[in-house]
Amino acid sequence: MKIRKDKKRTLPPVSTASLPDIVFMLLFFFMVTTVMRETSLKVVHVLPKAQEVAKLERKSLVGYIHIGPPIKALQSIYGTEPRVQLDDAFATPKDIPSFVEKVKSETNEAEVPLLTYSLKVDSEAKMGIVTDVKQELRKVNALKINYSTGKKEKKKGRI
Amino acid sequence: MARSKRELQEINAGSMADIAFLLLIFFLVTTTMDTDTGLVRVLPPFVEEDPLDPPPPVNARNVFVVLANANDNMLVEDEYMVIDDLKDAAKEFIIGSPSNPDDMRFPEFKKVEDPELIQVFGANQLISKQIISLQNDRGTSYDLYIQIQDQLAAAYREVRDEVGMEKFGMTYTQLAASNKESDKDKANAIKKLVPQRISEAEPKDIDQARVAAGRSN
Repeated sequence: MKIRKDKKRTLPPVSTASLPDIVFMLLFFFMVTTVMRETSLKVVHVLPKAQEVAKLERKSLVGYIHIGPPIKALQSIYGTEPRVQLDDAFATPKDIPSFVEKVKSETNEAEVPLLTYSLKVDSEAKMGIVTDVKQELRKVNALKINYSTGKKEKKKGRI
Repeated sequence: MARSKRELQEINAGSMADIAFLLLIFFLVTTTMDTDTGLVRVLPPFVEEDPLDPPPPVNARNVFVVLANANDNMLVEDEYMVIDDLKDAAKEFIIGSPSNPDDMRFPEFKKVEDPELIQVFGANQLISKQIISLQNDRGTSYDLYIQIQDQLAAAYREVRDEVGMEKFGMTYTQLAASNKESDKDKANAIKKLVPQRISEAEPKDIDQARVAAGRSN
């Protein structure tokens, strides 16, 4: 009789003692994998899409060059023509050499040849400004570039 | 006396989970997981133009000319073309016609000289002297430019895939992705046999009349 009574007892609550451990584990994972956003974008870019894309490894060895029309809030001041943004500020192609120099100085000397410059260009932009930037990059011997694009699924239809 | 003997009260760890959650959510929100993908290219080094020492001339039949003007029209080998046809046209040119070297539509061939390649493909393998020249106007849209680059890259990859299939029974993509050392060597050999030569001209304005003329043909 007594044993039966015991069996009818409600289940003990699930122990939550290990919950902090689990959460901490997740926390550490995200802390380690996180790359903080370094710049706030002042230009908008909708990247074009391509099929033959390669992944860009080693994010620390990439210098970003943004090209596109200014964001809405800045359009009253800067207009809607595509502009170049380096780091946090608007720039002109003439500022590329000093930008390249800065990126190089922040990189370990042995890894300087591995530096890649990622061009994040709005698909609506014209080639004129892109060509100017490319010419400046060539002048300072920063030749490895990456046209940042989205990945397009195997196509059928519009290109 | 009685006070000092009392055991230290344990710190309540019940709120630990809450704190950890808070931090976790912060990192979740700030994390950017997007992987950066794109078309990797190497620019040619900058050379000052020297009128006394012009670069050696290239035989016109070895060059596959792609022009894009400010209206996003494309002229390929003096004919108007839409982007969907570019890949096949480029492929045809890259493969060429090794059996009929006098066909002026296709590039010249030369015998393989690299000892590594001879080892893999044999001594009589021909290598094309093809170059794809890409010229764009300052007004060409970036989107079209990327599409052209993408299509040309696709053309090269497909030609390499076909060479790989023919010689080794595996596509170039499979060979390059393989973990085996021998497969990597094969992939590199194919890469040398079909080198990706995309030359980008110095920027200049492309005559729109030429494109219009090409279209009417």
